[in-house]
Amino acid sequence: MTDTRKITVTVNGKSHTKEVPTRLLLSDFLRHELLLTGTHVGCEHGVCGACTVLIDGRSARSCLTLAVQANGHEVMTVEGIAPNADELHHLQQAMQDHHGLQCGYCTPGILTTLFELLRDNPDPSEHEVRSAISGNLCRCTGYQGIVEAALDAAQKMRAGARS
Amino acid sequence: MSNPVADLKNISGEPQIGKAIKRLEDPALLTGKGRFVDDFHLPNMLHAAFVRSDEAHAKINGIDKSMAKAVPGVHAVYTLADLPKRFHNMRMHGMPNPHVSQNIMPYVLAKDEVCHVGEPIAIVIAYDRYIAEDAAALVMVDYEPLPTAGDCRAARQPGAALAHMNSPNNTAAEMHFGYGDVDAAFKNAAHIVREDLFMHRGLGHSIEGRACLCHYDEFTDHLTVYAASQGPHAHKRAICGLLDWDEERVRVVAYDVGGGFGPKMSFYAETIVASVASIMLKRPVKWIEDRREHFNAATQERDQYWDVEMALDAEGKILGLRIDMTHDKGAFMPHGTILPHISCTTVPGPFIIPAYKIDCHVMLTNKPPVAPVRGAGRPQAVFAMERIMDAAAAKLGLDRAEIRKRNLIPAEAMPYSMGLTFRDGKPLTYDSGNYPQLLKQVMEASDYNGFEARKAEALKQGRYIGIGIASAIEGTGLGPFEGATVRIGPSGTVTLLTGAAAQGQGHVTTFAQICAEKFGIAPGDVRVVAADTAVIANGTGTFASRQAVNAGSSTHLAAIQVREKVLQIASFILEASPGDIELAGGNAIVKGTDKKISFKDISRAVTGQSGYALPKGIEPGLESTRYFSPEQAAYSSNTHIAEVEVDIETGGVKVTGYWIAHDCGVVINPLVVQGQVQGGLAHGIGNALLEWMHYDPDTCQPLTTTLADYLLPTADMVPKAEISHVVSPSPLNPIGVKGAGEGGTIPAPAAIISAIEHALSPFGVHLTQAPVPPHHLVDHINKGRKKAH
Amino acid sequence: MKPAPFTYHDPQTLDEAYGLLATLENARVLSGGQSLIPMLNFRYVQPDHIIDVAGIAAISGITYKDGILKIGAMTRQREIEYSDIVATHCPLMREAILQVGHRQTRNRGTIGGSLAHLDPAAELPLVACAMDGMIHLGGSRGTRDVAFTDYALGFMTTAIEPDEMITGVSIPTWKPGHGSAFVEFARREGDFAIVAIAALMEIDASQTITRAALAVGGALATAQRLPEAEAILVGAKANDETFRAAGEACTQIDAVEDVHAPASYRKSLAGVLTRRALKAAAERTK
Repeated sequence: MTDTRKITVTVNGKSHTKEVPTRLLLSDFLRHELLLTGTHVGCEHGVCGACTVLIDGRSARSCLTLAVQANGHEVMTVEGIAPNADELHHLQQAMQDHHGLQCGYCTPGILTTLFELLRDNPDPSEHEVRSAISGNLCRCTGYQGIVEAALDAAQKMRAGARS
Repeated sequence: MSNPVADLKNISGEPQIGKAIKRLEDPALLTGKGRFVDDFHLPNMLHAAFVRSDEAHAKINGIDKSMAKAVPGVHAVYTLADLPKRFHNMRMHGMPNPHVSQNIMPYVLAKDEVCHVGEPIAIVIAYDRYIAEDAAALVMVDYEPLPTAGDCRAARQPGAALAHMNSPNNTAAEMHFGYGDVDAAFKNAAHIVREDLFMHRGLGHSIEGRACLCHYDEFTDHLTVYAASQGPHAHKRAICGLLDWDEERVRVVAYDVGGGFGPKMSFYAETIVASVASIMLKRPVKWIEDRREHFNAATQERDQYWDVEMALDAEGKILGLRIDMTHDKGAFMPHGTILPHISCTTVPGPFIIPAYKIDCHVMLTNKPPVAPVRGAGRPQAVFAMERIMDAAAAKLGLDRAEIRKRNLIPAEAMPYSMGLTFRDGKPLTYDSGNYPQLLKQVMEASDYNGFEARKAEALKQGRYIGIGIASAIEGTGLGPFEGATVRIGPSGTVTLLTGAAAQGQGHVTTFAQICAEKFGIAPGDVRVVAADTAVIANGTGTFASRQAVNAGSSTHLAAIQVREKVLQIASFILEASPGDIELAGGNAIVKGTDKKISFKDISRAVTGQSGYALPKGIEPGLESTRYFSPEQAAYSSNTHIAEVEVDIETGGVKVTGYWIAHDCGVVINPLVVQGQVQGGLAHGIGNALLEWMHYDPDTCQPLTTTLADYLLPTADMVPKAEISHVVSPSPLNPIGVKGAGEGGTIPAPAAIISAIEHALSPFGVHLTQAPVPPHHLVDHINKGRKKAH
Repeated sequence: MKPAPFTYHDPQTLDEAYGLLATLENARVLSGGQSLIPMLNFRYVQPDHIIDVAGIAAISGITYKDGILKIGAMTRQREIEYSDIVATHCPLMREAILQVGHRQTRNRGTIGGSLAHLDPAAELPLVACAMDGMIHLGGSRGTRDVAFTDYALGFMTTAIEPDEMITGVSIPTWKPGHGSAFVEFARREGDFAIVAIAALMEIDASQTITRAALAVGGALATAQRLPEAEAILVGAKANDETFRAAGEACTQIDAVEDVHAPASYRKSLAGVLTRRALKAAAERTK
C-alpha cells in the first residue's frame, strides 16, 4: 500500500494541494504532478544541479528533497523567474546575449542558482560566480558564457536598482 | 566575420552568414518551455524500467518474473521470450565491414548470456517509474558467472578469458593502414624515438540522459517515438528495420535534446523494446535513462594502448611512423570499427609523414560497448602523435614548436592527399587549410616565445608552470547527406524543414541565418522545424560535426531555389525583370518603385485555382527540397596552446591559460562557434585531468558510477579559451563551411599533458598517459627527485 | 533512481520522535536529506520508515555559553556558515563549512545529518573530531553524550543505537587568540576531500606551542586525531621545522586505498596538508 500525504506547496506564487506518495521526489512532483517541466532532472543523486529550485528563497536540489518536505513551503522554479510572459529577467536576457546555454538542459538549475547569488550578492567577482555554479554541471558551454552572463546581469541589475 | 564565398546575387539586403546572431532557441529554454522527451505527458502513458545485468559476464539459466508481475500498478514484465517471435533470434543491427571478424551485436533483450554490467534483460512497464523500479528489483535472474575479459591488451593474449562464451577469441577486428616504405624510413633514420602510451576516454554524459516515449496508436496503426536522439531519421530506419515496417508507419521526433556528444547517435535496444511494448500494450510507454543507466548501458569511449615509433632525419624531419594500437571495443559492436578507424587515420594530422604504418587490434571485453564520444577516437590519435613529437623534440634538442614547424604541411600544398582511406571510404585528402598560420597565430597569442622567461621567473618563486602545444585535423561534414525543405506557405512565412537534430549546437539559428538572407528577412522571421521525420522524407543525423556542412548547404541550395521562384513569379505578376526585383520585409518589390507583392500573395498564386491551369513553366507550390551530399569530408584544423601550473606537493593541476587558433572554414555564427569551441575545451580538460571510468580489473564491475566518483569538469576548472580564427573556406560545399563541434576537444588532452610535463621538467618527468590524476604526478615527481639525488 | 516505498512520519516533538524510534523497525531519521536521499534514490538503503525531524524546533539553533558552542542537529549548514557566533568562537568550523558541498546542498544539509552519515571525508565530523566534540544522542531510554572518539566507530558507522537519534553537538571552543586552519585537497571545488586536515594551535609570547590539535579526514575509515604529531607540536617552537616534523609524523598513518587514490598518495598528502594547515593556523594566532 503506497503511503501518501496531502500536501500544500506554493509554487511560483500559486498554491497547490495534492495527495502524493510520500516517497515522491520534489523534482517529480513539480514535473509530473504540476506539469512544471522547466525543472530538469540530470543525476538524481545531487551532483549535477540541473534540478535546482528555490525553497523559501534558498537554492536546493529538488531531487534530494521529498515533495512532503516542501509541504507548507514556497518553491520557485525556472518558470517563475521572468517578470511576465513577454519579458525576460536580466539574468535570462544576459544568458542569451552571452551564449550561456546550448542544449538548455542544465540552464534552469543555473538560473535558479544565479538568481539566489545575485539577490544575496549583487556585485559578485568572477571567482564568486564560478564558485556559486561549481555545483552545476554543464556539458555544453565550458561555463564561460554563463560566467559572463552572470556578471553582466549583476551589473544591469545594479544599474536598474539605482535608477 | 564575412563570408568570402558568399554570392551576393543570391542575397537580398544584408548577408546573414557571419553575423553573431543571438540564438533563436534561447527564450523558450530560458523560461522552462523546452520540449524534452520527459516533458511530454500523453494520456494513458505508462513508464518503463529495465532489469539489467548485475554480472559482467554470465550465463542466464532462468528468469523468474512472478513477484514483479504481482506488484500493484505493474502492467507487464517482458523478457526476450515474451516479445513477438521475430525478436527471439534477432540481434541489433551492426555495421559490418571487411575488417570485422566478429560483428557481435546484442539481442534486443539478453537471451542466454550477459556480457556487461547494465545489459538489459527485461522491461517492466508500470503506472509510474517508482513502481516500475520496485518491480524490476523483484525480477530474479539466475546467473551462472563466467570469466571476464577486462583489460583489452590482456584480452589479446592467447588463453585470455573470453568476452563471449562462444567466441574463438576476443578479436573483433584487425585493421592495417599505411602507405610508403616504413621499413626503409627506419633503416635510413638519424633518430628513432618510441613511446608506449595509454589513453582513456570516458562517457558522453549529456546532462539529459537517453530517453524515448514510444506511442503506438492502434486507431491509425502508427508509431510515434519522441526520442533524445542525434539522428531521428537514422533511428526511424533502425526501428523500421527491426519491426519490418515501412517508413510511413513510424515517426521519430527529437525537438529538444539535452546534449548528445555521440552516445545519442547510437540506436539502442531500449528504444525498440519500449516501442514493441507500446505496440503490445497499445499505450504510450516512456523510458527515461537515469544516471546509473547512462554509466552502464550508454555507449562510451574507453581504453587505447599505443606503441609508437617515429623515424626522423638529422634535421628533425619525419621520415616514418610505425604504430601498434589496441582498442577496447567493449562487449558489442555498435558503429562497427568507425572509432578505431578514425583514430588510425587521424594520427598524421597536419604533418608531412612520408611513410606510415599502423596495426590496430579491436578487442571485445566485458564492459559497455564503445562508440564515438565527442572527438571520436581523435583525441587519442592526436595524443599519440603529439607525444611522439615532443619526444622527438627532446631527443633532437629542438624546441617543441620548432620541430612542428619543420614538419607542417605548407598551405601551398593544399589540397593535400595523405595516401590513406578515411572512414567515409574516400581517399584522405585535406581540402583546404593553413596549418603554419594556425601555429604562428596561437604562438603569438599566447606569447609562446616569452614563456621560458616566465617559467624561470615562476621557478624562483617555487611555482611550476608549463606550456604545451597540440594540433588536430578533423574530417568533418561527412556524408551521406542531410536535407532541407524551404517553403513559403499560405501565411507568407518562410519555413525551413529539416531532419537535422540539434543537441545544443544552435542549428535553428544558423540555418535560419543561411535561409533568411536569401529572402531579405531577419533570421527570427524564419520558422524552423527540425529533427522531425514527419517534415522531410530523408535524413541522417548529427555526428562528426556534419550538420553545418550538410544541412547548412541543403538549406542554402533550397532557399536559393525558392528565392528564384519568388523572383520569377513576382516578375510575371509585377511585369518587371527578375533582376529589377528585390526581396524585403516579406515582399517582392520592383526596385525604386512602390510596386510590390507579398510572399503571401505569391504563395497563393502558385497554388492555382480549381479547374484552371497554372501559367506555363510554373510548378505548383513555393518550395524546394534539397539533399546535399558531400563528395568527401571537409577538414577542419586547429592548434591549441595550454598553460598550466602544477602544485608539486599535491599533484594538483590548474589550467591557467588556453589559446586556440581554429579553422572551420566560413563561420556562420561566431557566437555559436565560440561556444562550441569553449565547450569542447571543457570536455578535453575532463579527458586530460578528470574523467576516468574505472572497472574492477578482475570482475569488470564498474567502480565509478556516480558523478561524485566519475568527475566532470566544473566551472572552477575551465578557463576562458582565447580563440582566434583562420578562415580556409572548404571548396567542397557551396557555403565554404567545415565542422566546428569537436575542435575544442580533440587536441586538448595532448596540449595539457605536454604542458604538465613541461612544468615538471625540473624533475625530468615524462608522461605517457591521459588522464593524469594528481597521485600519478606526485609519483613521477618523487621518482624524479630520487634520480636527481 | 527512485526511492523504494516507505512510510513517512513527521514528529513535531522529540518525545514523539523517540516514541517512533522505539517502536518502528528499520527506520531512518531524515533531516536535510543531502546524504540520505541519494542513498534512497540509489536504493542503497531501503528503510521501511522515514522519520522527518525537520519539524522539531528543539533541535535547531546555535548557542554559545561558557566556552561551549552548541549546535542543534537540525541546524542547516547554511546557518552555521552565516552564524556570527560560529565565526567568532569557532573559526575552524566556519572555514570548514565553506568547503562542505555547494550552496544548494548547504542550504538544506544539517550538521546532524553530516555527523550521522559519517562519510570518512566529510568536513563537519572532522571538526568535531579535532575539537573533542560531544555528540548528544537521545531516545526513549534517555539521553547520552558521546565523545567523538567513542562515537565514530568505523567506516560510516556510528554509536547511534537503532532507537536513538542525534539531537546536537557541543564543541568546546578554544581560547580567543588561538589559530586554526582547515585545509583539504579535493579534485574539484565542493568535492569530498581526498585528504583533509584540521589544525588548532595556541602559542605563547615566546612562540612556543602550548596547545595543539590535529585531525585527518579522508585518509582513514573515519576522521581521526593525530596524537604523534600533536606530541611533536606541544612544547616546540611554532616554526617551519616543527611543522615539517609534524607533517612527517602524519605520513605514517595507515591510509586507505581506493579507486581515486592509493594509500601512498594519501599518506603523502596528509604530510603536506598538515604542514600547510599548521603554518596557516600559526599565522592566525594572535
